[in-house]
Amino acid sequence: MGIPFRIGTGAGFSADRLDPAVDLVQRGELDCLVFECVGERTLAFGHRDRMRDPAAGYNKLLAPRFRAILPLAREHGTRVITNMGAANPRAAAERTVALARELGLRGLRVACVEGDDVTARIGPETALPELGRTVGEVSAAGQPLVGANAYIGADALLPALEAGADVIVAGRVADPSLFLAPMRHAFGWGGADWARLGAGTAVGHLLECAAQVTGGYFADPGVKPVENLAYVGFPIAEVAADGSAVITKLPQTGGCVTLRTVKEQLLYEIHDPARYFTPDVVADFSTARLAEAGADRVAVSGAVGRARPDQLKVTVAFDGGVLAEAEVGYAGPGAKGRARLAGEIVAERMAHVHGFGGELRIDLIGVGALHGSAVERPAETQDVRVRAALRTSDRELAEALLWEVESLLCCGPAGGGGFRGHVTPSVVTHSAFLSRDQVTTRVEVLEA
Amino acid sequence: MSASTGPDPAAAARRRVPLREIAHARAGDKGNISSVAVFAFEPRHYAALKAQLTPERLRAEFGGVLRGTITRYELDGLHGLNFVMTEALEGGVNSSLNLDSHGKSWSFLLLGLEVEVEP
Repeated sequence: MGIPFRIGTGAGFSADRLDPAVDLVQRGELDCLVFECVGERTLAFGHRDRMRDPAAGYNKLLAPRFRAILPLAREHGTRVITNMGAANPRAAAERTVALARELGLRGLRVACVEGDDVTARIGPETALPELGRTVGEVSAAGQPLVGANAYIGADALLPALEAGADVIVAGRVADPSLFLAPMRHAFGWGGADWARLGAGTAVGHLLECAAQVTGGYFADPGVKPVENLAYVGFPIAEVAADGSAVITKLPQTGGCVTLRTVKEQLLYEIHDPARYFTPDVVADFSTARLAEAGADRVAVSGAVGRARPDQLKVTVAFDGGVLAEAEVGYAGPGAKGRARLAGEIVAERMAHVHGFGGELRIDLIGVGALHGSAVERPAETQDVRVRAALRTSDRELAEALLWEVESLLCCGPAGGGGFRGHVTPSVVTHSAFLSRDQVTTRVEVLEA
Repeated sequence: MSASTGPDPAAAARRRVPLREIAHARAGDKGNISSVAVFAFEPRHYAALKAQLTPERLRAEFGGVLRGTITRYELDGLHGLNFVMTEALEGGVNSSLNLDSHGKSWSFLLLGLEVEVEP
């Protein structure tokens, strides 16, 4: 059986909490701690930031996270792996080295993994299959190309592990691959050992959203109670050489690890469970077996895999102009009727005073907003906020929306108050595919 | 009791419950594709989910937002159903005008449905 490889999650998304990661590195006796911080949304934001400042584009929490984590990780002999480089791994790695020097961590080896940025490989003729259009067609419609990143896999990280890096900073590595790479390195799994790569991918998938397997994104009072969610612990996997694992968390932390939390996460963002495509393998989770193995311990086994896909998925980002959102509230008797009238006024004036012909969304928050396009559930309510939203490449139209909603305070229905509005730069993303030989990754180890 | 006299006792014994009472669910997104996995709390309720929670029903109930294909994967070992719904996120996380641009709350859209279960 051997000694299990202990791997923990320090972050499951770009804005995840820090204190559970500090707790894990202090008490977890971890071989490796992974910060998974890139999604379609955050990568788009990274490109947006890098457009404005060539030294930006990586995760804004990298410095505060590493300031707290790196001294402890060195003390406990825990390797740190992250994709916090997002749209600029080079700048992120250099910032990490500078921070390590500031912290007195001389000799810390920081690997920078590059090559996921494939902007130069994308041309006007590149197809965007899900959209049914080409890159050139999207650009011609007023959304210029901003950048493109391929999902790279565990093999891109292996040279950094073999070089003995203490910290590995990358960009668009596929989420489970961040976890699979140290497992491959620890157990010597080959790049064509599809069964073990599938099993390790299942473990990585369970860990990649941090608290989502330990009681976060799960609690529903009265139906699915979770204790002490304010201090939910982040997960640890004790991985065996065959790729099976126990998912658990530290004692004296909030949350829970149960069959239910693990089931929900096993299928999270999965389409066909028998064919989960990653850069490393086509994993098959349909054969996975789950079993309770003590308090807050669930054993996972049986996931397998088949040969990896020939093509890599690419997220292509385009300049989407701006998103304008504005709100005003109505309360007390008749709130819904007054809110509905307010929305009608904004729609009328955006169309006929400002000539806006695009999609304008009006939500009545408190009556039906998030599910508003799916179901009409008429409800009498005493507290309604009207929200108006549009996307445009015309800054003046964006400002006009905010003005129209704010002007309701005097010109609109009775009792409107609490205006809020903001205009946010927007990047839209679509998927493309590139053959593997178009994507070359490289690793450079920097020393603090 | 003959079939022609009185209500069918089996039907009378069945009760309609909100799905949230017998199942839990989680929603995820990739591009403009939403996936929602629904699991029976108790294995004995899985058959009712399988029989009543069909792609056709979701389309009938939520056709306004589920504009593409709906594929259902059955995970009998986990007592779960995974629904994969294309064109279901009003453009996807970076394009949608919905406040919930990920469709994170789609799980509770489904859990608001009613199903018939044996007592």
